[in-house]
Amino acid sequence: MATVRLSFSPAPVHVRTARLVGVAVARRAGVAEELLDEVRLAIGEACTRAVALHNQYGLPDLITVEMSDSDSYAVRVIDHAPIEASVGLAKLPPDELADEALTDEALTTGVGFALLRGFVDDLQVRPVEDGPGTEVRMVWPVQRR
Amino acid sequence: MELSLATRTVAEHTVLEVGGEVDVYTAPRLRERLVELVDSGARSVVVDLGGVDFLDSTGLGVLVGAMKRLRVVNGRFGLVCSKEPLLKIFRITALDQVFPIYPTIEAATDDGDGSGPTS
Repeated sequence: MATVRLSFSPAPVHVRTARLVGVAVARRAGVAEELLDEVRLAIGEACTRAVALHNQYGLPDLITVEMSDSDSYAVRVIDHAPIEASVGLAKLPPDELADEALTDEALTTGVGFALLRGFVDDLQVRPVEDGPGTEVRMVWPVQRR
Repeated sequence: MELSLATRTVAEHTVLEVGGEVDVYTAPRLRERLVELVDSGARSVVVDLGGVDFLDSTGLGVLVGAMKRLRVVNGRFGLVCSKEPLLKIFRITALDQVFPIYPTIEAATDDGDGSGPTS
């Protein structure tokens, strides 16, 4: 099993770096070429969510992305924001998406989770074991080489 | 690839051609440009996503914001997109039921009432 771990300051500019690394490791791990767009989007959404939470709470702590391959390709995106901030996993219906009362932040969060759930068959969102924070864990199959 | 933005006029429509990656880092620039267009009087805005190779939830949020902004001033908003990976994103988020999405610029600018493609 190989592991690649990336930590970055909670700034939007670094999310692209995380996506690029995540896809590069996925390709090397043997994730099917046709899944790589989805891997790229899902890692981006998980990191975007983490950056938004750290900024919302004024947390300078690093966000961690850990990628590992064994029988599958697993990516964990770990933030350190209070757990209660992680609620809101519901997918928004179309009439609410265009509703004037919905804030941009709420819309982006709802849409982001819809994308994660839509693109990742094996998705878990759970509290980290030590201290505040949430881990978004995503797993994709790898092809045997 | 970095975000690129170019504006042109087709009849009474303002077409914003977007290229590159629209994500949490670049989306604020797209938002600024769309706000500028509406503030400067554009009332029919078509965003051409033909050159976009990455679009995330932040970018989608900016597009919804522009549509709402135009709705307030009785304006029209439409998207041009024919790339299957992007169309899948609109379907998964149900935003395909919120935006009029056209396959070509011509289809978007010929749609008189802005009700969306008929197909």
